[in-house]
Amino acid sequence: MKLLTASLLTFAWPLAAQAEIIVTDPWARASVLASRPSAAYLTLTSDAPDRLLEVTSPVAGHVMLHGVATDSAGVTRMVHIEELDVSPGTPVTLAPGDSHLMLMDLSRKLEEGESFPMTLVFEGTGDVTVDVPVLGPGAMGPTEERP
Amino acid sequence: MISKPTTQTLRHVRLALWAGAAALLLLAGGALTVRTYMAPPAPRATSVGEADIRSEFALMEHTGRAVTEADFAGRWQLVFFGFTHCPDICPTTLAYMASVLDLLGPQADRVAQLFITVDPVRDTVPVMAEYVSAFHPRLVGLTGTEAQVAEAAQAFRTWYERVEEKTAPDGYMMAHAGHIYLMDPDGRFEAVFQERDQPPEAVAEEILMQIAKEEQQE
Repeated sequence: MKLLTASLLTFAWPLAAQAEIIVTDPWARASVLASRPSAAYLTLTSDAPDRLLEVTSPVAGHVMLHGVATDSAGVTRMVHIEELDVSPGTPVTLAPGDSHLMLMDLSRKLEEGESFPMTLVFEGTGDVTVDVPVLGPGAMGPTEERP
Repeated sequence: MISKPTTQTLRHVRLALWAGAAALLLLAGGALTVRTYMAPPAPRATSVGEADIRSEFALMEHTGRAVTEADFAGRWQLVFFGFTHCPDICPTTLAYMASVLDLLGPQADRVAQLFITVDPVRDTVPVMAEYVSAFHPRLVGLTGTEAQVAEAAQAFRTWYERVEEKTAPDGYMMAHAGHIYLMDPDGRFEAVFQERDQPPEAVAEEILMQIAKEEQQE
């Protein structure tokens, strides 16, 4: 029910003055092999300053927000981000090869074509639950899925 | 809209790589004690020769065959170091390399795509076989002993490091450089790319250009 409400809020956002956070194009990569972390991506838009505090999903034991930092030597490392600020007018996009939500301790392999719920906990808005479709292991984004 | 990498940007990429290679040499000198995710400021590059980066390795192919660089001689090589527990950079880059291979069309026969694991303890031959097949039927997975992988990484002057991470499977992740090396048919360094810097079309175009140049010289 919570999921349905969140989806309704998401779709009805232009009409609903209450909703502050829009989650666009959430998706995750299918697991190639069992017991390996996967990654989820999405875009966040807010009409008020807010902060993403935590992400949870029934399919994952832990969800960590990772950024990617490349130093001047060209070494790329994942950087654990504790909290993510979202400012009005500046969408935050998590995309392949950049920031991502790392889904750890998966309870099962994520199979292409399925979807799973993921809850984003914001300081101001509270919980926003989205349905995350699982795309192929080599997918680069959800655009190919659109009509 | 696809933009071709300009000479200028390629030069920047090369400069960055040389800086990286020089930094690695300095780091290997004993300063490599960093155990956090945050990268330390890189030591300033001095100078380093192009001959430093070579495709030289003795590893095990995902098919179970023992191979060295000689098994790929005469073909261009596109080489990436990563590991199968990597959630983002590795699948993203391998999918990107698969796109490049498809874009090469009939010339794809002249390019070997090698994925070398930096986590050979977990990435055994059967694991590599299952993993690479998810990306492209022609992608070659390479593993070996920890010493063999370290030697391969040394030949390519690439960098990786085990990072303890309590919540990760088996309690660790591997940090590693995200470069894709283009090596010529003699195993010499030709160019380096990162997935985020240009669309796969640009890399395919660069490789086709190199192949055409090679054919002119023959």
